[in-house]
Amino acid sequence: MFVQLSHTSFAMVGIFQRSLRLRTSLRQLSFHKSTSPTDILSSLVLRGRLFPICSPFVFFSFRRTLHNSNDGPKSLSDTPPPRRPFCRVTQEDLTFFRTLLPGRAITDPDLLESSNVDWLKSVKGSSEVLLRPQTTEEVSQILRYCNSRNLAVNPQGGNTGLVGGSVPVHDEIVLSTALMNNILRFDDVSGILTCQSGCILENLSLYLEERGHIMPLDLGAKGSCQIGGNVATNAGGLRLLLYGSLHGTVLGLEVVLANGQVLDCLSTLRKDNTGYDLKQLFIGSEGTLGVITAVSILCPQKPKSVNVVFLGCETFEQLLKTFQLSRSMLGEILSAFEFLDSECLNLLRTHLKLHNPISDCPFYIVIETQGSDSNHDEEKLHNFLEEAMQSSLVVDGTVATEEAKIKALWSMRERITEALTHDGFTYKYDISLPVERIYQLVTDMRQHLGERAKSVVGYGHVGDGNLHLNITSPAKNPALLAAIEPFVYEWTAKFQGSISAEHGLGLKKRNYIYYRSS
Amino acid sequence: MSKKKSFLAIELQIRVKPDHSGVVTDGVKHSMNPFCEIAVEEAVKLKEKKLMKEVVVVSCGPQQSQETIRTALAMGADRGIHVEVSGKDYETLGPLQVSKILAALAKKEDAQLIILGKQAIDDDCNQTGQMTAALLDWPQGTFASEVSLEKDGIKVVREIDGGLETIKISTPAVLTADLRLNTPRYATLPNIMKAKKKKIANVKPADLGVDLTSRLEVLRVDEPPQRQAGMKVETVDDLVSKLKDAGKV
Repeated sequence: MFVQLSHTSFAMVGIFQRSLRLRTSLRQLSFHKSTSPTDILSSLVLRGRLFPICSPFVFFSFRRTLHNSNDGPKSLSDTPPPRRPFCRVTQEDLTFFRTLLPGRAITDPDLLESSNVDWLKSVKGSSEVLLRPQTTEEVSQILRYCNSRNLAVNPQGGNTGLVGGSVPVHDEIVLSTALMNNILRFDDVSGILTCQSGCILENLSLYLEERGHIMPLDLGAKGSCQIGGNVATNAGGLRLLLYGSLHGTVLGLEVVLANGQVLDCLSTLRKDNTGYDLKQLFIGSEGTLGVITAVSILCPQKPKSVNVVFLGCETFEQLLKTFQLSRSMLGEILSAFEFLDSECLNLLRTHLKLHNPISDCPFYIVIETQGSDSNHDEEKLHNFLEEAMQSSLVVDGTVATEEAKIKALWSMRERITEALTHDGFTYKYDISLPVERIYQLVTDMRQHLGERAKSVVGYGHVGDGNLHLNITSPAKNPALLAAIEPFVYEWTAKFQGSISAEHGLGLKKRNYIYYRSS
Repeated sequence: MSKKKSFLAIELQIRVKPDHSGVVTDGVKHSMNPFCEIAVEEAVKLKEKKLMKEVVVVSCGPQQSQETIRTALAMGADRGIHVEVSGKDYETLGPLQVSKILAALAKKEDAQLIILGKQAIDDDCNQTGQMTAALLDWPQGTFASEVSLEKDGIKVVREIDGGLETIKISTPAVLTADLRLNTPRYATLPNIMKAKKKKIANVKPADLGVDLTSRLEVLRVDEPPQRQAGMKVETVDDLVSKLKDAGKV
């Protein structure tokens, strides 16, 4: 089975070939896990193939082209790759699925519609089968069967991804984790939550809040996104500034590999230096290496005091200085530092009727603090705000301490994505840049596109150096796309940024990985 | 003058005390009653239109009521009066006692207009405004959704069950604010800073000659009954047979 390689796969092959040499020495060590990760590693290599994924099919029709950095991309992000020679689903296959999952193997085209289209309504697949397993064992059986029948599978969580990675490209079978929504256990001494991968993030948050804890990540899609998908895409979100990325907070994973083998790395230990930390490979793997079926994650204590501040700044430089000031004066209680520009606010006003809580300014900041003592936090916050106002870094602002007002202020940042969908067809770019360059990309893009685009807006996790650049046009416009790409990618590469800070590569950005990896 | 009440923040889970005598309030966040916020906003608007000279906010309660007064000051009120009521007295503080306090203060401050929220969302009494007007023998414009000061009085559009009723009352008067009167502003930073310097006077009910004994006794507080889980059925026949079993059909 011919599989095209990309440069990153070469790197992985290198690791596995080296591990082949280590294999004999590692076998001497004993592991406490039932299916030892290192055994899996060795078996993966031992099958005699060059490629790290030993199954005859891959989850994605990933078309990574082999080239050097002088080549341009072979095609734009909106042309889908051709269908690989996988088998098609037959009646026998359907009978098998229906026996394995009674009532949960769906072939009704109306019900399949929502699984075939992504949240942005920008890409559509043509899957004819939707499977909804409830247990890891069922997932394992499905994958083992599909592996033997050479059927392509598309794992799907909440289907809220923004790069077209959660829906089928062609007729892949959709494997949805929606019914795997049980919370397995929660240890409230250490704050470690173990749950199935189909649990919706908001439901987990509500469960934890009743027990004095919160999830370490939070994103606008929390009402629909599932924790398995969050882990598979290494979601960042609004709390990354304080709690770090999923690479740090996920303690263990249970993953079913392509051939149905269950890899149990579902540890709840904070520290474990025995063998390779395989789970890290799956975090951010976007469903290409296995289907995550269970997650154990470290959850922080619920803060007793949460404050949200909405500020207005005249220039981006002042915004950055405000960030520096907040880091020094708020320190450990700073949990989010987000920004949006005045164009974003206009969109919120026009499409969602949300009013500006303060006077109109070129830039706005949303700052959140979280802590265990409201008096301590409020005093720090007041000192910070006084300093910010007196040194004229900030021209206006407001503070919220109650739940309802906090939600209202956060919605100014969280609902921008929604407002953009009402503005027209959106081209989304999620870029990581050195913090001082973040807004320069927006202004350069505005200049570059001129009248061709309807709106060019910038917002995002400025605290993490992550810009969400969005361009809208009344309808899908290939000429506009040609003007945007590769300009945006080349600009990003020039300043050693990343072309996908947190959204992943999915379908739309699969050809642009070389702008980041050499 | 406008009166605000602080109450348990609505979004928190309210728990009934184990002895069913009330609701747990220790360590729970308090915030300004939403209708009172609207009242403060209206008062500040009237001052901005130069129809009123000074906005004084009043709150009756324990120490934490001062925070609510500060929020109102940050919205634009000029000064605050904190009537200190704590402990047992606070638990039994009801509309009658509050209206007596307000009536006494109104006389003392020579107020022309008292604006309150139409009701507090913790007890839903909807009595304080009306009682205050009665004690002072002033006209009242309750459930106000629109207020305009004219030369010969105040025109008030009231929200009633049948629609909207427009009345004209003379000053001094008592108004109670309904939901659609206005949208309260966010307290902006410059105003929050200024509010720190505004005065909040401390007064005791005894100084006003008000007797706080309650004529009401709370017998019991219970949570609403837990919502029972529903049942899902696969077919209409299933539904009919289940209804028959339950004796509903």
